[in-house]
Amino acid sequence: MCTVCGCGNATMEHQEHIKANPMGDLHFGQGIAGVSLPNVSQARTIKLEQDVLGANNEIAQRNRAHFDSHSVRAFNLVSSPGSGKTTLLCATIEALKTRHPKTQVAVIEGDQQTSNDADRIRATGAPAIQVNTGKGCHLDAMMIERAFNALSIHDHSHGEGHNHTHAHLHAPASTANLASMTFSPVHKDHADHRTANASTILFIENVGNLVCPAMWDLGERAKVAILSVTEGEDKPLKYPDMFAAASVMVLNKIDLLPYLNFDLDKCIAFAKRVNPTIDIIQVSATSGAGMDEWLAWLQKS
Amino acid sequence: MHEMSLAQGILDLVEQSAQREQFTRVQELRLEVGALAGVEISALQFALDTMSQSGILHGAQIVIDTPPAQAWCMQCSQTVEITERGQACPKCNGYQIQATTGTELRVVDMVVID
Repeated sequence: MCTVCGCGNATMEHQEHIKANPMGDLHFGQGIAGVSLPNVSQARTIKLEQDVLGANNEIAQRNRAHFDSHSVRAFNLVSSPGSGKTTLLCATIEALKTRHPKTQVAVIEGDQQTSNDADRIRATGAPAIQVNTGKGCHLDAMMIERAFNALSIHDHSHGEGHNHTHAHLHAPASTANLASMTFSPVHKDHADHRTANASTILFIENVGNLVCPAMWDLGERAKVAILSVTEGEDKPLKYPDMFAAASVMVLNKIDLLPYLNFDLDKCIAFAKRVNPTIDIIQVSATSGAGMDEWLAWLQKS
Repeated sequence: MHEMSLAQGILDLVEQSAQREQFTRVQELRLEVGALAGVEISALQFALDTMSQSGILHGAQIVIDTPPAQAWCMQCSQTVEITERGQACPKCNGYQIQATTGTELRVVDMVVID
């Protein structure tokens, strides 16, 4: 309760009950109630106007600057569980090896638990870090900051003695001791030293979830929403926030289209409805169909 | 379930502010959650209620404003109001609309007790 006026619903204007004259003298008794009680607290209003995701977004911006300074282009892969994200990633890494051998690839794998996905990526020869979120439903910018610092692509460029002039802060990887995060060994003995100009793609495979990861900026260049044709064509309408946040929708498993009742045109129309500027690429990680278009998109983005 | 993380973020902001502004309790906390912020209001309210059982938010009244979103309709060449993504333009019923506001998720202000 505002003890100046006795009002039970204090708002901003009650602060004005404390009057100050041009001399700076304070007059507590000039409110409606006309009294001020010593040792009785007065309610006051504080304007905050602060973004709830502000702390995350600040780290995400730092990640973005960090990625840029290491010539790293980061893509945040989001989808429901089972859309084929990891299979598409493995196929993409293999395809990049033959068609763009100068492009390095690293992966940050997000799951609730297990390092199964990171193991699959490492089998392709690409460095990978598994981030287990425990009960968490999404990756956040701080997790990516820690994971990136633990990745060998980051390690190499700092370990080679080249002019390392970028002005960014490093959260030390050695402090990555969050109970919910597990890290793979860092590949410090990797023989292929990159130069400052080499292009590196960092894939961040988010937790399989079409809802929560839409809100968290990780510092990526673009969100890539992956939708498999074994899901419903109305997914973009059912989970519009994700498709609105994504720059591209990759329609995966198109080799299965002949066996399904998936309405491709409707799906594309629904995605355009929630995001008129979204790019759409049709691929099959298994058959290799559409991979050229997908690689071209990655190279230009 | 990201509403729990958001509630934690809100509590962090309140606690930081309490240190800065030297207050011990919050009487009323006002939030603004845009129609396109991707937040389930009832889940956020539930998470905040759980956190208000003790500590600085104990007994606080949580007020959540939910302003509608604005979008630019390319066919009408004007700003229109929408309440969800994927919604047709209320004027021309077309889908050539791009949201321009509505993703706000802010702690606006609070009434505090020293």
